[in-house]
Amino acid sequence: MIPAAFTYLRAHTSDEAFAHLQQYGAEARVLAGGQSLIPAMRFRLARPAVLVDINASSDLNVLRVNGNALAVGAIARDSDIERAPWITDRRWSLIRDVSRVVADPVVRQMGTVVGSLCHNDPAGDWTAASLAARAEVTVRGKDGARDVKIDDFLVDSFTTAVGEGEMALGVHFPVADDRTAGAYQKVERKVGDFATAAAAVQLSLNADGTIREAGVALSAAGPCAVRVDEAEQMLRGQRPSAELIRAAGDAASRRSAPQADLRGSVEYKKNLAGVLVVRALRQALSRLGVQA
Amino acid sequence: MSTEPKSAGCLGVAMKRKEDPRFIQGKGHYVDDISMPGMLFLSLVRSPYPHAEIKSIDISEAMQVPGVKAVITGKDLEAAGLGWLPTFHGLDKQMVLAIGKVLFQYQEVAAVFAETRAAAVDGAEAVQVDYAPLPVVADPFTAKTDEVILRPDRENKTNHIYHWEVGDKDKTATALANSPKRIKERIWFQRCHPAPLEPCGCVAHFDSMGRLQFYVTSQAPHVYRTALAIVTGIPEDKIHVVSPDLGGGFGNKVPVYPGYVCAIVGALKIGRPVKWIETRTENLTSTGFARDYHMDVEIGATADGRLTALHVATTADHGAFDAAADPTKYPAGMFGVVTGSYDFPVAHAEVDAYFTNKAPGGIAYRCSFRVTEASYAIERAMDILADELAIDPVELRRKNFVRKEQFPYPSVLGFTYDSGDYQKTLDVTLEKIGYQALLKEQVEKRARGELMGIGFSTFTEVVGAGPSKHFDILGIKMFDSAEIRIHPTGSGIVRTGTKSQGQGHETTWAQIVGEELGLDPQNIMVEEGDTDTAPYGLGTYASRSTPVAGAAIAMAARRVREKARKVAAHMLEVGEADVEWKDYKFQVKGVPAKSVTMKEVAFAAYTNMAQNEPGLEASYYYDPPNMTFPSGAYVAVVDIDRETGEVKVRRFLAVDDCGTIINPLVVEGQIHGGLTEGFAIAFMQEIQYDKEGNNLNTNFTDYLIPTSLETPAWETGKTVTPSPHHPIGAKGVGESPNVGSPAAFVNAVIDALSPLGVRHIDMPITRDKVWRAIRQAEVLTT
Ligand SMILES: Cc1cc2nc3c(=O)[nH]c(=O)nc-3n(C[C@H](O)[C@H](O)[C@H](O)COP(=O)(O)OP(=O)(O)OC[C@H]3O[C@@H](n4cnc5c(N)ncnc54)[C@H](O)[C@@H]3O)c2cc1C
Repeated sequence: MIPAAFTYLRAHTSDEAFAHLQQYGAEARVLAGGQSLIPAMRFRLARPAVLVDINASSDLNVLRVNGNALAVGAIARDSDIERAPWITDRRWSLIRDVSRVVADPVVRQMGTVVGSLCHNDPAGDWTAASLAARAEVTVRGKDGARDVKIDDFLVDSFTTAVGEGEMALGVHFPVADDRTAGAYQKVERKVGDFATAAAAVQLSLNADGTIREAGVALSAAGPCAVRVDEAEQMLRGQRPSAELIRAAGDAASRRSAPQADLRGSVEYKKNLAGVLVVRALRQALSRLGVQA
Repeated sequence: MSTEPKSAGCLGVAMKRKEDPRFIQGKGHYVDDISMPGMLFLSLVRSPYPHAEIKSIDISEAMQVPGVKAVITGKDLEAAGLGWLPTFHGLDKQMVLAIGKVLFQYQEVAAVFAETRAAAVDGAEAVQVDYAPLPVVADPFTAKTDEVILRPDRENKTNHIYHWEVGDKDKTATALANSPKRIKERIWFQRCHPAPLEPCGCVAHFDSMGRLQFYVTSQAPHVYRTALAIVTGIPEDKIHVVSPDLGGGFGNKVPVYPGYVCAIVGALKIGRPVKWIETRTENLTSTGFARDYHMDVEIGATADGRLTALHVATTADHGAFDAAADPTKYPAGMFGVVTGSYDFPVAHAEVDAYFTNKAPGGIAYRCSFRVTEASYAIERAMDILADELAIDPVELRRKNFVRKEQFPYPSVLGFTYDSGDYQKTLDVTLEKIGYQALLKEQVEKRARGELMGIGFSTFTEVVGAGPSKHFDILGIKMFDSAEIRIHPTGSGIVRTGTKSQGQGHETTWAQIVGEELGLDPQNIMVEEGDTDTAPYGLGTYASRSTPVAGAAIAMAARRVREKARKVAAHMLEVGEADVEWKDYKFQVKGVPAKSVTMKEVAFAAYTNMAQNEPGLEASYYYDPPNMTFPSGAYVAVVDIDRETGEVKVRRFLAVDDCGTIINPLVVEGQIHGGLTEGFAIAFMQEIQYDKEGNNLNTNFTDYLIPTSLETPAWETGKTVTPSPHHPIGAKGVGESPNVGSPAAFVNAVIDALSPLGVRHIDMPITRDKVWRAIRQAEVLTT
């Protein structure tokens, strides 16, 4: 469990970090919370020649509701979110749910949302939640910073839109109106386990009780988190009902394309995708005062 | 004369563990805390293949890695006569470093010594091994065909290691054939691993006197010393084995591992101390595992549920080497306890063991003794029989229990159960859990289609190996020992041949001495694990410390007391025959006012001993007359989520009878720990190999250790039926919860699923398996 030799660089600002990344290109990796990168290095599955540690880059230590977006900087920890004073507002219920089930309490002290998105594990929790909440990631490249829609950011397993020499500065979650709530449902074998299956849901209602906007996404259901477009389309404009929810669950089950592994078989995980979407929708609606 | 008469005893007192402040404050001293000037680090090259010929090993690149001092291979060891190690029961031998071929994935192939841990790992990575893969035998049923012979080094060219049986084969077959009711089920106890938080490791050093100083994670330091003397030829007086604080053992730290031998060889060859510390992956993939028993269980009964016969035929997967630590006469350990708590008129048990391309071991979690497998088989099968007979599993058990008045009870498979009161223990359990109310709730839930289950396990353990006429390791009889010295001011030290790995010996041993001598256990120091100072003993495993070393401590203390009596007589100015030990002090018979405390006697033993030999100490080597038989009645209550297959253990109650309780707090701690292990085994843990022999559980992401967050809240209770042959009546408890609980969990799950027609699911009971079983039933009924 000893990593291969590497050079360690501590960046005190994001500019400094970016300069290092530009200099070392593909040889360098950003070190955020280290909860995914360090284990990979200890198993020698990852062998970066240079580590650029951004933990001292205080300009990335951002966690605030900024006008119409919640800004989460590259070194904001999962535990910061879990304890944020505004987190109990039901608009953030999806994010709150995730912040309490991602990894375990110890890992959450160090792990970051942005690091998790950049890592893009097929069974990650923040990826699915970001899809459902329609987040955008700010990526800094040679030509400056650009905002990338989460759907475009998550390219493939362990692959993102962050190119060589680039870095992610933060992620933005749009602030929803007051008639919005979400939920995250995860089946895990134990605390600290990646999801066997998980469903992220966010719903906004119109004044007449019909669904204005729906985000439905799955984790551990493909090479990376997937959006269940069919379910979202089904829900939009409709009045919540048991049949509608069941149909959305069935769509999720169909959309799920998991791998069989020690966590479970393909059939089991596909079943879970449906069950968890149904439960998450019910929970989100109940947070909005709707029983369906 | 007497100033502070001690009236209360020390047994049964929930004294806080003396060792805890040290451990809780991170002040424990483990092998990896040892550092010596000039110390080198060892890293092992391991095989990526489960079965392959080694064409060549090229170490040239490794020797170029900065800091690498030496690389040794199996050929080097073979040349030095150290190519193979005998396994503990002497029935097989094991490669230290692979010679000619590898037999399991992660097998040790070469040893790299370097100035730093990092350089050693870099060096190991640079060793080039050319392998030619061979066909893999990944399960014992394939092994049985002998199409591929794994161990051509052995005289018999077969994968079959041994056949062992006990009981009356013909009578059992006849009784089964004539039984009005019969059940038969294949029950697999999966391969699992105890995964102690501290993995294995050692520091080997030859001191200026040429003496081997060997610090090692060992549950049996004396046995190591003797084994090393036999294997290496170093005279035993030139070997000093020290087992410092251990971060858990569970049998995983009983065997002598190749890394230890390599560290010693490196220290000798290079002339510098060598440290070897395993990684988690190395621990999970190459060290002592547990179980892997496929048991075909058959029970016969009358229509009203009286047991008529038991037959168990087991196919055992021992991996690449038969490296278990069974006593020589017992290749399948104490599997004969498979009749459990029940009065079978006739029984027959047999075990056939096979080599496969998997890690060797079969030693951890009291696995060499095979009691857990046996208990699980009988307790699971009793529920299957109850289902077949359509009677309450509690009633079936009650009807067939060995009755209180039958003790000492000769079981048909050859044990003499010392004591027990199974009815009473079960009654306590039923009362405490509120069985009738639960049954009522279950009926209501079932009517609503909800899945709720109640599962029992009323097991009998056999521990305390063991009587010299039956038990040995490497020929050494399985006694244990204690040596007690009482200092002039009335404090003292006790040393034993056992070695605590978390069992709390520093506290309980002091309590036994305190009880026997009327001294304050806070001032009785306990020292174990150092072969230069501790008396010879066989170590701590198989719940043997209290039954064997605990007895030795009581007996040594009584010897101290006899010596003290002489001094007391002198002090009280009466003849020795007129002195009696009463209320924890010596007094003149019939004159309680004339008394002396042990503390006063201790001082006199050094200052005013008159004609008596000075000093106050004694030792005792205890050869137990019989094993002890702890028992328990456990119950689990579960609720199952139909849609996800999730099993929630709502309640779990363990009522244990481990005889006299020395320290209820320590016993409770042992039970909580063992139940948590049993819970993990029932629901999470399996060392799984794919068909190609690849180990799929090489770290804690894939081999799950439950945390406090998913572990059920344990409820406990007790009955006390002392052992009639143990000096203080204690039986041992460490392993009971691990032995007894898996069946209770599984029985509860199957009980919940029984309305769907489910009869058995092998552990670990994952959500996926439960969901499939439910799904299958739903498909059948629609
Ligand atoms: C025991 C354990 C259990 C876990 N369980 C879960 C779980 O249940 N669900 C889950 O989702 N995750 C889980 N994780 C992963 C955890 O959430 C990680 O924290 C997260 O995936 C990565 O965040 P990090 O800040 O630690 O990133 P790091 O490990 O530091 O980095 C991860 C990767 O992202 C890159 N990276 C990080 N930040 C940037 C940036 N700003 N720009 C460009 N690249 C960057 C790094 O170079 C690296 O390749 C678990 C981890 C552990 C150790």
